[in-house]
Amino acid sequence: MNTVVLLVDDEVPFVETMTKRLTKRNLIIQTAFNGTDALEKLKGDSAIDIVILDVKMPGMDGIETLKEIKNIKPLTEVIMLTGHATVETAIEGMKLGAFDYLMKPCNIEQLMSKVQEAKAKKAKHETKITEARIKEIALRRGD
Amino acid sequence: MENIRYYQSLTRKMVIVMILVSFTPLILIAGIIGYSFETSYRDKVMAHLKELVHKHQQNVDGFLHEKLCNIGLIANAYDFGALSNEVFLQKTLSNLQMMYGDVFVDLGVINPKGVQAAYAGPYKLTDVDYSATDWFPQAAKSNYFISDVFLGMRHQPHFIVAVKREDNGVEWLLRATIDFEAFNNLVENIHIGETGSAFILNRKGEFQTNPRIKPLPDRDFFIRAFKLKEPRSMPITVGQDYTSTDNIAPAPKEPPEQETVFTEEAEYAGKDVIFVMSPLKGGEWMLVYQQEASDAFSDLWRTRKLALIIFFIGGVAIVIKAFLLSKRMVQRIEQADREKEMMNEQVIETGKLASVGELAAGIAHEINNPVAIMVEEAGWMEDLLEEEDLKESENIEEFRRALQQINTQGARCKEITHKLLSFARKTDPKEREIHINELVEDIVSISEQKARYGNVKINMHLGVELPIIYASPSEMQQVFLNLINNAIDAIGTQGGVIDITTRKEGDFVIVDIADNGQGIPKSILPRIFDPFFTTKPVGKGTGLGLSICYGIIKKAGGEITLNSAVGLGTTFHVHLPAPEARVKDDAEAREQ
Repeated sequence: MNTVVLLVDDEVPFVETMTKRLTKRNLIIQTAFNGTDALEKLKGDSAIDIVILDVKMPGMDGIETLKEIKNIKPLTEVIMLTGHATVETAIEGMKLGAFDYLMKPCNIEQLMSKVQEAKAKKAKHETKITEARIKEIALRRGD
Repeated sequence: MENIRYYQSLTRKMVIVMILVSFTPLILIAGIIGYSFETSYRDKVMAHLKELVHKHQQNVDGFLHEKLCNIGLIANAYDFGALSNEVFLQKTLSNLQMMYGDVFVDLGVINPKGVQAAYAGPYKLTDVDYSATDWFPQAAKSNYFISDVFLGMRHQPHFIVAVKREDNGVEWLLRATIDFEAFNNLVENIHIGETGSAFILNRKGEFQTNPRIKPLPDRDFFIRAFKLKEPRSMPITVGQDYTSTDNIAPAPKEPPEQETVFTEEAEYAGKDVIFVMSPLKGGEWMLVYQQEASDAFSDLWRTRKLALIIFFIGGVAIVIKAFLLSKRMVQRIEQADREKEMMNEQVIETGKLASVGELAAGIAHEINNPVAIMVEEAGWMEDLLEEEDLKESENIEEFRRALQQINTQGARCKEITHKLLSFARKTDPKEREIHINELVEDIVSISEQKARYGNVKINMHLGVELPIIYASPSEMQQVFLNLINNAIDAIGTQGGVIDITTRKEGDFVIVDIADNGQGIPKSILPRIFDPFFTTKPVGKGTGLGLSICYGIIKKAGGEITLNSAVGLGTTFHVHLPAPEARVKDDAEAREQ
C-alpha cells in the first residue's frame, strides 16, 4: 500500500517539483497551497497518511494549520518544513505533536526517510487502535 | 580645528572671568584701604611732626624770652653807674651763671657811642667799640634785642641779648652773650629716624644752629618760605609791648597753631623731603625740621611694600590657578562632549545595525525559498537522469557533475543564509544550555574571514568533557566575537596567531584568548574595561566592546581578566561558572 502524502507550501514551483520527485519515489502526492486548502483536502480524503507542512505561509500559518490537523485527524503525522529563523516555531510545532522538522532546502533522501518513519509510526498507531478495537469487540462478544 | 578653537576661546573666557572676578574686589579693597590708611597715617605723622616743631618753637622762643627777661631784670634793677663797675658786673655774671648755668658767657655795658664801658667774662673786651658792628644800630633802636648768630670779635659762633635803658636821658645797653652750645642743644636733639633733623635759620638763610644733616634745598627756598609766612609772625617782647594785646600771657604771644607751623614738601635729588617750619623770634628766625619722606613714612612704605608683595604673589597665584582650573574644566567639558558624541554615534550605529540585521534576516529568508526550489529542480533532474534513455547520453557524467555542483552551491547558500539569520536575530538574554566548544567553533568560523584578511591564524585547543554552562547564547557570542575581533585588531596587518583554549578549573569553564599582537601599555590597563575608553581613532571604535563584555560576564557570574606585555601580546581569560550541582540537577530533571 502506497503512502499518501499531502504537500502544503505557498511556493507553487517548489510544490510542483517536490510532487514530481516524491511521486517518482512511489509516494502518492496531494498538494495544497495554503493552510485552509490543506484542511479541506484532509477532510475530503481520509487516505492521507502524512502532511508535509511549510511553517511560513501567508494567511493561516503552519502552526495554526498543524493544530487544526491534529484536531481533525489526530493520527495523521505532520513533518514541518522551515527556514532557519523559524526553528523556534518548528520546536513549538513539535510540542504540538508534529512528527519532526526539516530545514529548507532539504535533502530528498532525508525527507524520504522521515516520511517512511512517520508512516511506520502511523501504521503502528493504527495497528494498536485496530487491536484495541478487536479486543473491544472480542470483549463485547465475550459478554 | 573648529572644535579646538572653540575650546581655546572657552578657556580664554573662563580665565578672563576668573581673573576679573578675583582681581576686582582685591584691587578695590586694596585701593580703598590703602588710600585711607596712607592718608590717615600721613596725617598722623605730619601732626606729630608739627606738634614736635611747635613744642620746640615754644621752647626756643621761651628760652630766648627767658634770657631777655634775665637781662632786662638786671638792667632794670641796677643803673648804668652800678653796672659800669666791672667788679659788680662780674659778680652779677657769677650770680646769673649760678642760677642759669653756663648759658651766659659774658656781660657787657655799652654806652651810647657803642663802646663797651664795662665787661665781665672770659675775654678781654673792655672798651671795645661796637658802633661799627651789624647789630649795634639795631640794638640801639629797640628796647630789647636778640642778635643773629655771628662770629664777632672772638671768632666763635655766638649771639647776644641786649636791653636798652635810659638813665637821665642817656641811653645805654646791657648786653649778654649766650652760649652757642646751650642754644644749639635746644634744636639739635630733635632728630627722628635717619634723616630727620632740625635747625634754625635767619632771614638771610644763614644758619643759627649747627645742622646735624646738611639741608637739601638752597637758601632761596627758605627765604621764599620766610616771605610767605611773614605777616603771621609775632615779635618776642617783654613787658608792656605785649601786655597791650594780651594781659594774661606771660610768655611770647602764641598765635594759633596752624599759623605758626606749616609744612612744605619738595623733591631734592630724587627724594621727597618734608619740611616742617615755624617762625621764631618774631619771624626773624625760622625753625626748620627736615626729613626725607621715605624716612618719615618708613612704616607706611614697609606696609605698602609688604602689601604689594602679597598682592603680586596672590595675583600670580590667582592667574596660575585660573589657567589651570579653566584648562581642567575645559578638558572635562571636552571629554564630556566627546563621550556624548560617541554615545550619539553608538546610538546611530546600534540603530543602523538593527535595521541592517532586520534587512539581512528578511533577505536571507526570501532567498531561502528560491534556493530551495532550485535545489529541488536540480534534484528532479538528477532523478530524471536515472531514466534508461538518458543514461545513454554521452554527456551524462557532465550533467551529473553540473547538478551535483548546483546542489553543493545551494547548500552553501543555505549555510550563508542560516548564519545571517542566526546573527541578525535579536539578542535574547534568555539563559540556555551552552556547549562552550560549539560556541567557540561557531564564533571562530565567523571571524575566520576577517582573520584571513589580517593574515591571522586562529588555533583552537578545545578541552574535552567540559561541563555545560548556562548563559544567553547571543550574549556569549557577542563576548567572544568582541574578544576575537580585538585580538585580530591588536595583531594588525603584519600577521600573527590567536590561540583559543577552553579548559575546566574547579567550578569554572575558562576560555583563554591569546594573541601575539602589540600588547596593552601598562598605563592604560586600569581603564581597559571603562566605557568609552578606546585606543582606536575617533569614529572607528566606540570604546564599548570590552565594557559590554565585562558587563555580560559579570552578570553571568563570571570573571574576565587579562595579562598583557607590550610587544608580546595579550591574553584574555574568561571564567564562566559551570557548577556541577546544577548540571546534576538538570540531569535528574531530564530523567524525570
